[in-house]
Amino acid sequence: MKRKYKLFIGNLITYLIVIAAFVVCQSMIENGEMSRSMRGQMVPICCYVVMAISLNLTVGISGELSLGHAGFMSIGAFTGITGSAWLLARFNIDDKIIRLLLSLVVGGAFAGFAGFLIGIPVLRLRGDYLAIVTLAFGEIIRNILNCLYVSLDGPSLNIAFNSADIPGKMLIKGPTGATGNPKLATFAVGFGLVLFTLFVVLNLKNSRAGRAIMAGRDNRIAAESMGINVTKYKMIAFVTSAVLAGMAGALYGANFSSFAASKFKFDTSILILVFVVLGGIGSIRGSVIAAIVLTLLPELLREFDDYRMLVYAVVLIVMMLLTNSPFVKMIAQRITGVFKKTEKEDGANA
Amino acid sequence: MITFLSHVIKGVNLGSVYAVIALGYTMVYGVAKMLNFAHGDVIMVGAYVAFCIMYYLGINPVIGILGAVIACTILGMLIERLAYKPLRQATSLAVLITAIGMSYFLQNMAQLIWSSNPKSFPSILSDSPIVLYEKGAQQLTMTPINILTIISCIVIMIALTLFINKTKIGKAMRCVSEDKGAAELMGINVNLTISITFAIGSALAAIAGVLLCSSGYANLSPTTGSMPGIKAFTAAVFGGIGSIPGAMLGGILLGLIEILGKAYVSNELADAFVFAVLIVVLLVKPTGLLGKKVHEKV
Repeated sequence: MKRKYKLFIGNLITYLIVIAAFVVCQSMIENGEMSRSMRGQMVPICCYVVMAISLNLTVGISGELSLGHAGFMSIGAFTGITGSAWLLARFNIDDKIIRLLLSLVVGGAFAGFAGFLIGIPVLRLRGDYLAIVTLAFGEIIRNILNCLYVSLDGPSLNIAFNSADIPGKMLIKGPTGATGNPKLATFAVGFGLVLFTLFVVLNLKNSRAGRAIMAGRDNRIAAESMGINVTKYKMIAFVTSAVLAGMAGALYGANFSSFAASKFKFDTSILILVFVVLGGIGSIRGSVIAAIVLTLLPELLREFDDYRMLVYAVVLIVMMLLTNSPFVKMIAQRITGVFKKTEKEDGANA
Repeated sequence: MITFLSHVIKGVNLGSVYAVIALGYTMVYGVAKMLNFAHGDVIMVGAYVAFCIMYYLGINPVIGILGAVIACTILGMLIERLAYKPLRQATSLAVLITAIGMSYFLQNMAQLIWSSNPKSFPSILSDSPIVLYEKGAQQLTMTPINILTIISCIVIMIALTLFINKTKIGKAMRCVSEDKGAAELMGINVNLTISITFAIGSALAAIAGVLLCSSGYANLSPTTGSMPGIKAFTAAVFGGIGSIPGAMLGGILLGLIEILGKAYVSNELADAFVFAVLIVVLLVKPTGLLGKKVHEKV
């Protein structure tokens, strides 16, 4: 009973942080207190938060290091754009929000399918080999999307590989990427997607399936001998993570009038992994906070100008060193120890 | 046939560069059990140092390479001492992120010092090709830099194998890679051994950087090292990470696949082709071509 209560409180805090952040940002936007460049960052921040949470599902909860998460994002972005343009042409769906939501569904579905296909070989491997194969898949996806040409001819889609020779209005133009997209994404929908992701991942984590996934992470052999089909549960985590990443990608795509496959390269996967690790592996709340802070950090460091990425790198290294140094750990333990003690006393009194 | 052979020569040349980089990756992984993502950027720094010595100071390429090797050795040991050593007891992911931070740091530092404009690397040997075989109008040629790259790759491989197997420090490296705790109990200075491994890996990276840029595969810019770095890492896994002949084999095969894929499959999809082959190999042989299978114990 007490455990459940603690869990509930923990999840509530996570939701509240996100809602509070949204309310603060929204009111700042409405009062015109936010600079233009910051306003432009709002939807990308939502995307990165979703990406970080979904990657945390793979890396933290399922325990598999994935270095190709941006691949799913790019699949979501490109299929989402194509989907929303096609929906407009085919069914005349004009409402922007419905089109955006449908494109999120399309992006998520395609990315999830790709995740399933990739998961079959990937989840047979272990450790660093698994990591390198996800890296390889991320690069393959980027390479293929770089050669993809899609055009919309009336209500029908034309897809060509490595040739721009197709009729109709071009949607995706190989290495130039998707251009002339309608800007559908809004901060509110981004916030909704973050809440949806939190809901899915937190519920999955605290469900029967989630416990099976974590058992497989902690000790595969022990979990298997308890009758858990580890591969199946790892697959559930992997595909869910891919679907969420695809949705984030679709949102990202709907926020920019043009983007190319090179936007989603290895560096992007790494950037998201940085969010997850700095936020604390397995901690959903940590991922959210790290994604927000680290996306804003280069923005806030603008006054350092040329040095800002350098400062970012230094901050990254120093934070890693500090969070792992025995001295800081000892102090942190002392501080949390004080809280733990009072808690115990409360328990004894009650 | 002659075009095919000239592609093979190109492939082996590129593969040799990958192999030299992969050796650095594999040695560090074997001893320190970490993926050193900053390795690719050490290559870039090495190439820049050599470039500065040769271009701005106008000194002999041999001195340039030597200078790059010394600079990178110091840089490698410094990185290890400052960023990785405090994390010896931390999780491997924490070390990985630190390595990535280091990689960003080096790239941005290079951008501040040398600007992001790509520079064309001066050739360190004469460009006149040597004709190996002639048939009508077709010629099978090799440039001196091709020969130098392949030969230096073979020399490095032999020297490294001898070093690991015959010297005392090499023996210590093998011990540390097998069991750090036990090695410490046997009186091996683990920190020193890891430091030396980083020094050797970084020295190799400097050589690889000069060879990569002077073979004309890449212009010199702050991001020069990242893609070859990833590919060399792939090569190391391909051959079985932790194994020195594996890194060599993986590197050369990867270079061959890349160049042949570019020539015969598709120019744009060559990278996808490289990674697809890697995936197939790992599925058939999950520990790489020459990797040892470690049995899981309960």
